[in-house]
Amino acid sequence: MPTRRELIKKLLKSSGYMFMGGAFWGGLINETKASDLTLRPPGAIEKDEFLKKCIKCGACVEACPYDTLMLATVEDKAALGAPYFKPREIPCYMCLDIPCVPPCPTGALDLKSLLKTDEETGEEEMDINISRMGVALIDEATCIAFEGVQCDACFRACPLMNEAIYTEYIRNENTGKHAYLIPVVKADACTGCGACEHACVMEKSSIVILPHAVVQGKQGDHYLMQDDDDQNLENIENIIDESEGALDYLNGDWEDLIDE
Amino acid sequence: MNKIKNSKYLIIRRIVQLSILFLFVGANIWGWKILTGNLSTAKVLDTFYLADPYAIIQMFAAGSIVGIDAIIGAVITLLFYSLIGGRAFCSFVCPINIVTDTAAWARKLLLKKSDVNILNISRKTRYYILAISLIVSAITGVAAFEFISPISILHRGIIFGIGTGWIVILFVFLFDLLILERAWCGHLCPLGAFYSLVGKFNFIKVKHKVENCTKCMKCFDVCPEKQVLSIVTKQSGQIKSGACTACGRCIDVCDDDSLKFSFNNYKKN
Repeated sequence: MPTRRELIKKLLKSSGYMFMGGAFWGGLINETKASDLTLRPPGAIEKDEFLKKCIKCGACVEACPYDTLMLATVEDKAALGAPYFKPREIPCYMCLDIPCVPPCPTGALDLKSLLKTDEETGEEEMDINISRMGVALIDEATCIAFEGVQCDACFRACPLMNEAIYTEYIRNENTGKHAYLIPVVKADACTGCGACEHACVMEKSSIVILPHAVVQGKQGDHYLMQDDDDQNLENIENIIDESEGALDYLNGDWEDLIDE
Repeated sequence: MNKIKNSKYLIIRRIVQLSILFLFVGANIWGWKILTGNLSTAKVLDTFYLADPYAIIQMFAAGSIVGIDAIIGAVITLLFYSLIGGRAFCSFVCPINIVTDTAAWARKLLLKKSDVNILNISRKTRYYILAISLIVSAITGVAAFEFISPISILHRGIIFGIGTGWIVILFVFLFDLLILERAWCGHLCPLGAFYSLVGKFNFIKVKHKVENCTKCMKCFDVCPEKQVLSIVTKQSGQIKSGACTACGRCIDVCDDDSLKFSFNNYKKN
């Protein structure tokens, strides 16, 4: 039977060991978690939630008919064992029946995020085109289309041709009689399948896919943009009715301002 | 012939371990539906799931409620090991067991009895690691052990491609071989610790009959968790410790019919 003194010493010692081990372990995990640039399968939920929920069973990898999806191994700079893909090697081929998402047992891949209500029948259908695996970015410094070469490999490869990537004609002032045919990505339509990155004829691709969260900005709630529907207009009215913020000041009685 | 007779459970274990692996590999390569996925979560016969309860608990600690399929799968696994299997996952399923058993075998060949362990750590370390894994999961927000587990690295690696993960496996092997006997499975692995706790009160226990015992100490020589054999040579009874992996190796080597599997009598020795 140890004395109380011995017991306290032992307790302190073992909690010291535990803290050391835990700190090292946690640091290691944060290091691998920090690699934001990993592309996840379609339907993957937000990055931190995804890493929480993915149990690394490989069901999506087994379901993928094109060997696009892989589980990260030790040398990959991604969370060990979680599914990802490298579009330059094999892009996502955007299967219409999305075989990789339903097998997920934990909900890390969310089928609901890929469901769209059919306007005619009113039924919910899977639609791979609303997946957001990433967004394509073009390096204008190396893309030969910006040098005047008529390359539209990425444009042609895009499964949403003319929606996610379109080409823009610009007069080539160097020659005065030719045109540039410049690829432009529409970020809100791009699914991040990576067909463009796969197709790029450059030695190292001039168009790359990066995760949405890394690339896309966010407007603050106080920016009220015009939209096709009247929803925003309603929002504006609501805000004018309710808020006491900057809008009230701007919409306030102008005579008050003169008094000051 | 005697050698085969003396390795009955060893052979059964290897057959079970390798066939489970083979079914998983077959699922990925040839699309078999018997056992798909991997040890984290597996779908059986395309109908129901089995899941790793320790992984689910870590994810729970990390603050996420996973899908119902995985939770039911984990409950089935948990029930199986707590009622029947005990810590049998370690000896009958876990692929790392083959690595560490080989290391222990090689250690006997290469190292003299006088070569002591370079590092001596308590066998209880694994329970601390189990506790830390849950704390680290809660702080980092991911299942902590799943990020570094050599078990997953090897198992997943065999099914989906291991990359440079074999270095980790070689490290575990060499650590067991050169630094500390049975270091990984017997001292460090939190999954083994988890199943030790879960399987403490399972139905099947090894029973010792001291009247037959000739004190040849062969069982102590092969047992991966020697401390559980505390009653052997001293008194009859059952090996109650949850740390017993139910590998049956002691039963294999016992020439005196002094050890065998039995049903738990739930009495104190």
